[in-house]
Amino acid sequence: MTEQPAFPQETAAAPQETAAARLPEPFLRWFAERGWAPRAHQLDLLARAQGGASVLLIAPTGAGKTLAGFLPSLVDLAERGRRRPGQAHRGVHTLYISPLKALAVDIERNLTKPVEGIGLPVTMETRTGDTPAHKRQRQKLSPPDILLTTPEQLALLIASSDAARFFSGLRYVVLDELHSLVTSKRGHLLALGLARLRALVPRLQTVGLSATVAEPDALRRWLVPQDGAGAMAELITVAGGAKPQITILESRERVPWAGHSARHAMPEVYEEIRRHRTTLLFVNTRSQAELLFQELWRINEDNLPIALHHGSLDVAQRRKVEKAMENNALRAIVATSTLDLGIDWGDVDLVVHVGAPKGASRLAQRIGRSNHRMDEPSKAILVPANRFEVLECRAAIEANYLGAQDTPPLLDGALDVLAQHVLGCACAAPFSADALFDEVRSAAPYAALDRDSFDRIVQFVATGGYALRTYERYARIRQTKEGLWRVSHPRVAQQYRLNVGTIIEAPMLNVRYVRSGRGSAGRGGPVLGKVEEYFLETLAPGDTFMFSGRVLRFEGIRESEAFVSNATGVDAMVPSYAGGKFPLSTYLADQVRAMLADPARWQALPDQVSDWLRLQRDVSALPKRDQLLVETFPRGQRFYMVAYPFEGRLAHQTLGMLLTRRLERAGARPLGFVASDYALAIWGLSDMGGMAKSGEAPLAQLFDEDMLGDDLDAWLAESWLLKRTFRNCAVIAGLIEKRHPGQEKTGRQVTVSADLIYDVLRSHEPDHILMQATRADAATGLLDVARLSDMLSRIKGRIMHKDLDRISPLAVPIMLEIGKESVNGEASDTLLAEAADDLIEEARGQMTGRAE
Amino acid sequence: MTIAARIEGGSAVVCVAGEEAVCDPAGALFLPAHGLLVVSDLHLEKGAAFARRGVMMPPYDTAATLARLAVVVEAWKPSAVISLGDSFHDVTGARDMPEPFRDRLSEIMQDRDWFWIVGNHDPEPPAGLHGRTVREIAVGSLLFRHEPAARACDGEVAGHLHPGARIVRRGRSVRRPCFATDGRRLIMPAFGALTGALNVRDRAFARLFDWAAFRAYMLGSDRVYPVAGKMLSPG
Repeated sequence: MTEQPAFPQETAAAPQETAAARLPEPFLRWFAERGWAPRAHQLDLLARAQGGASVLLIAPTGAGKTLAGFLPSLVDLAERGRRRPGQAHRGVHTLYISPLKALAVDIERNLTKPVEGIGLPVTMETRTGDTPAHKRQRQKLSPPDILLTTPEQLALLIASSDAARFFSGLRYVVLDELHSLVTSKRGHLLALGLARLRALVPRLQTVGLSATVAEPDALRRWLVPQDGAGAMAELITVAGGAKPQITILESRERVPWAGHSARHAMPEVYEEIRRHRTTLLFVNTRSQAELLFQELWRINEDNLPIALHHGSLDVAQRRKVEKAMENNALRAIVATSTLDLGIDWGDVDLVVHVGAPKGASRLAQRIGRSNHRMDEPSKAILVPANRFEVLECRAAIEANYLGAQDTPPLLDGALDVLAQHVLGCACAAPFSADALFDEVRSAAPYAALDRDSFDRIVQFVATGGYALRTYERYARIRQTKEGLWRVSHPRVAQQYRLNVGTIIEAPMLNVRYVRSGRGSAGRGGPVLGKVEEYFLETLAPGDTFMFSGRVLRFEGIRESEAFVSNATGVDAMVPSYAGGKFPLSTYLADQVRAMLADPARWQALPDQVSDWLRLQRDVSALPKRDQLLVETFPRGQRFYMVAYPFEGRLAHQTLGMLLTRRLERAGARPLGFVASDYALAIWGLSDMGGMAKSGEAPLAQLFDEDMLGDDLDAWLAESWLLKRTFRNCAVIAGLIEKRHPGQEKTGRQVTVSADLIYDVLRSHEPDHILMQATRADAATGLLDVARLSDMLSRIKGRIMHKDLDRISPLAVPIMLEIGKESVNGEASDTLLAEAADDLIEEARGQMTGRAE
Repeated sequence: MTIAARIEGGSAVVCVAGEEAVCDPAGALFLPAHGLLVVSDLHLEKGAAFARRGVMMPPYDTAATLARLAVVVEAWKPSAVISLGDSFHDVTGARDMPEPFRDRLSEIMQDRDWFWIVGNHDPEPPAGLHGRTVREIAVGSLLFRHEPAARACDGEVAGHLHPGARIVRRGRSVRRPCFATDGRRLIMPAFGALTGALNVRDRAFARLFDWAAFRAYMLGSDRVYPVAGKMLSPG
């Protein structure tokens, strides 16, 4: 709302028959004083809200979306007038919910201007995880008119015993960045919270604010209660602002075959930073952020203030960077997705995206960071790090110009989240299962929930829902004589409050700096940030890695801390911690395939890339848009099979696991595989090309859809992927308590690890409701089974096999990944056997040594 | 002190203070000279103990642990069994154990001497079960107790710490429960189905062993893998 240009507005979507908006005189005066006029969509939204409707507003950044969202509340509050002394508190009037704590704080600051400027009798406060307990307490007793908060805080508020009173005066719920909220389990929790609010206040109206999405109707349903007929909120769409100017960096250097560093382009990127006021550099992963930051500083001859910002860094350090950014003290900032959402950032006049954007919508969002004004074009440069990324960047640019959107489809409401919500409801007040079932089904993600699943979730909340019913006497919730479910002990509500939320972070360790060579002996220096435990577990003392903008030497782990010291030398390992790796979107994948199949479109590509494709066409082939190209060739002592599905790394990994199982059975003796966003390479000891041709292992059979049946089940049963998913479900559902700061030190032997619970459950009750939830989650998440399934059915009868006598140009990038990427497979007894063999070797050596 | 163990049928034969002992991959120790089987930290009814606090762990851990116990008892046919403490996760555990579990356990205990060594989780004799409850017991040159003594102690066989070991190879890591020994004393892995492990590189183990002679006998799916101390990773 900081910018509200005075130029005439573009019109909103076709105006419907609505009464004119009532905008009181002080508002009109406030606009006029600034030389502004309320925009058409702001008035439109106000009128519809005043007519009693819930509304979804889709508008680009800088369109005055926030003010539009709050206008109905502000006008209503202005008309209601000041509370007279002695009059009872009227409770919260408007609830604003955003995915980010920082956004709530930002909005409070921005709303203060019109509220004070117009002279409105409106109180406003934030309530987040950072709000001190005494303030939260006070907010409960005397609530502000507008409460700015997060989905987790809403869950806590509705689980308290005075929720009904607290929300009795609620009129509006404003949901910001709705497009990003609805795609996650947080969205499910929020949808259930909203259903609860509607049960408490039936006349409640919602206002959803969203960036452009592929399917607005899904969001419109989300905003209003569902009754089977697919009711939808009204829709206002503001046409996009000026077209962004996006270019691909035309590097004078050679674009590498593989890799993600874009190191070749750094001098050119640096030049762009010099030429602009403030540059925002986006990368896809934290490790890329570290690498890019290092590379830029290595050539930073002018000592430009360039900063680093990503989610693993220490909070204090991040705040410092954000502050500097606000004050325009930085020339460039290297960031990951932490900044993706709508916070205003100083005077950014250039966005550089290093690596491929992986999705057209994500690119649009990120570019929206520059030049936060709707009427001026944003400027962005894409820097592909390898040749496939050149194709992907090209496809993304075309998509962005076409306004194509590839936001992920909304998923059915998760059962683990439902379990958490059911317990929350019991904490607030005794509930009737019938009424709660109806209420839950009024939330769009749960509209198709069946009664049996719901009842099993209630049983799960009560006693764990096990077939072996030995826990009845320990039940957390119990039915009263009247048939209502209530918590059996106040302790249950306490446990609920400690475990609320759906954001489960991988176990992290503090990274603490110590002096070199001191090992973990000294208590040492400052904490630099946090890194995933599973990454640190792959390090041996002495290994070096990049973090927090420097090269560090790993010294060891003690309790919940990893000790590091300064390292010299530049050949540090690039940390493979995977935070923020997005798979290539289905839409872009399709575009890339289309581009490959159509030589006329290669003109738009740099020469070195189009030459590469021409060469591929000559020595092997390029697949048509709906085909799958599979190449087989020998190399060294091994035989390779490379497939190019372009379905993203997750789906390829799953495919790789399943194909190696099948090849194993067919006697092809596969040894390993590696997957990228574009391709999958499998190597083995037998000639897979020959086997395919002779009919020993025909490709049509190998790639048949039936692999998603038994093979998938068999593999999943042992997969660490499923264990990791189970852990998340178990924590969200309340089976495992969250780890809280300070508790980490209790030692592994005391806590019950999720893996052990998983093993016990798998062998004794594999159809437990939580196991079902886990499988459903894994299929949509880490495994991307749905996408793999779509691909397999698409390519049926359309496999193009090229049996070559050597590697093809298209295969070079994926072949280069071999050795860099760790070979996929399950950590197993094989590793143990190797370690034991070493010991036996050593023992033998000692004995022969003695003999000599 | 032997350097590498003999592997026989997946089990490792080690020597502790002169006594030959067999480390079974299921996590039990067998002393052929005495017909004695040792298991430690069964933590029976751990799931139920959590459930009593409102955390509904699966109620299958006791059945799983008893099934494993039955297998090793059947395999080694010991004349005596020592349960080396923390046999039950808490004092209520033995008292409130469902009847079918109690019957199963009694069946396993039948026709052999059974010693319950007290642990920090179960300082009292288990209610409603046979067997003798003792603080510690000496057999041959070995002394069996729940918690290891702070200083090096020849011939001590203890539990309590739930030792586990971790190796890192080719960027992948494997963590398993293990028998921990330097040939003078031995610490048993936890036998219970819902029991975690503490890395032998943790401080808690630092003063217990002569690290030059240390071996972790890591439990694989069907054999035991001896790994030298210097090959183990912390964490």
